[in-house]
Amino acid sequence: MSDIADRVKKIVVDHLGVDEEKVVEGASFIDDLGADSLDTVELVMAFEEEFGIEIPDDAAETIQTFGDAVKFISENAANA
Amino acid sequence: MKRVVITGVGALTPLACGVEETWSRLLNGASGAAAVRYFDARHLPCKIACEIPFGPTAEGGFTPEDWMPSRERRKLDRFIVYAMVAADQAIADAGWTPTDEAAQERTGVMIGSGIGGIETIAEGAITLKERGPRRISPFFIPAALINLCSGQVSIKYGFKGPNHAVVTACSTGAHAIGDAARIIRAGEAEVMVAGGAEAPICELSIAGFSACKALSTRFNEAPDKASRPYDRDRDGFVMGEGAGVVVLEEYDHARARGAKIYAEVLGYGMSGDAYHITSPAPDGDGGYRSMRAALKSAGLDASDIDYVNAHGTSTPMGDEIELQAVARMLGNHAASVTMSSTKSSTGHLLGAAGAIEAIFCALALRDQIAPPTLNLDNPSVETPIDLAPHQPRQRRIDVALSNSFGFGGTNASLVLGRAP
Repeated sequence: MSDIADRVKKIVVDHLGVDEEKVVEGASFIDDLGADSLDTVELVMAFEEEFGIEIPDDAAETIQTFGDAVKFISENAANA
Repeated sequence: MKRVVITGVGALTPLACGVEETWSRLLNGASGAAAVRYFDARHLPCKIACEIPFGPTAEGGFTPEDWMPSRERRKLDRFIVYAMVAADQAIADAGWTPTDEAAQERTGVMIGSGIGGIETIAEGAITLKERGPRRISPFFIPAALINLCSGQVSIKYGFKGPNHAVVTACSTGAHAIGDAARIIRAGEAEVMVAGGAEAPICELSIAGFSACKALSTRFNEAPDKASRPYDRDRDGFVMGEGAGVVVLEEYDHARARGAKIYAEVLGYGMSGDAYHITSPAPDGDGGYRSMRAALKSAGLDASDIDYVNAHGTSTPMGDEIELQAVARMLGNHAASVTMSSTKSSTGHLLGAAGAIEAIFCALALRDQIAPPTLNLDNPSVETPIDLAPHQPRQRRIDVALSNSFGFGGTNASLVLGRAP
């Protein structure tokens, strides 16, 4: 679990250029971390790449926060 | 009609990052050409190019991180990064960063490109083929679109006036400056940020231009000798990259705020060859009519011209055709004119060429010096026009004309005068 969280956090920090401390459980990519709608699409692509999973569009729409991402990946990544 | 002056300049060229650094290296006879570094070009007929000099900013080099963080650059093709670097310089130089809405609405952007994000498109096609459509980035399209130079600059600075982009191959930079000046003349904006940007040095475009037989191929072992306009041994152009951007301003507006003025945009002319997709019309009539139109709009005569910054790309056909057209226009005034091709030093920046060459004309007017034509050892034709071989010419320059001609037979000429 913590390994997934660390890997997700690193992707978020790299892509959005935010401080690591701001990437907390309830942090919204758009409202708190300065992402726009295109950034969130790219974040989801980066999660897919990192964890070797496919995140369908309807599922991607439910991933609004850092916590949402960690939860989804934990439940769906076979190799996590 | 309103008068238009240049109050800010910015450039990222194969000679340097920065206008003054580029200018001093140009006058010193530096060449931007070298073996291609971006990729292995050994299998291509042309293995040389004029790439941006990466290095410390303080030494005139380009350090991308000093201009834009890598996470922002990742979302842009290089041609847009170059445009933004040149625009940042020009806007800072002009000191024009209005915060009030009315002034922002009177400030527009017109930065074009000949090809746009060709490297991004080439890589995207490979990703699509090898990994499928789900791996195409949401930033792929806005990274490659030509008008996103103007879009990105307007977003960064809040310039809400006319937002437009020119795409006329190698005439782009000149057309952009000319069109932007017209917008000001027509009273539709008071300030326009205008120019051109290009990042064509990738395998796909060198292969494409090679197939057109447009590039030099005989000087792969001596890159700095390859761009040699008017010389009998020339065999094609050397591809360059970079951006040139100027801040154009309505004269009274510039004077009212005490802006530094480099030069005045006196005239602008355009024409079409209606002849061939890549070759200029042999009689040079397209270029001639473009120059005549520019003089007419300036209200000047050919005898008023002191310096011509030629299109002069170092192709076997194009150089002589342009030279004949200029000689025809100048008539018996030809012996009093200096004409040089700065592409002998910078290479051919395609859509950015006309913009950096307009800047060179502005500096030639400011410093009363014409930059040289490098490698002109043996002119292929006789002409009474001084082609400034090897050395710059310190001389009186009151009026300068800059030519840009592009594939498709699109021609643009700008006439600039000394600061009023």
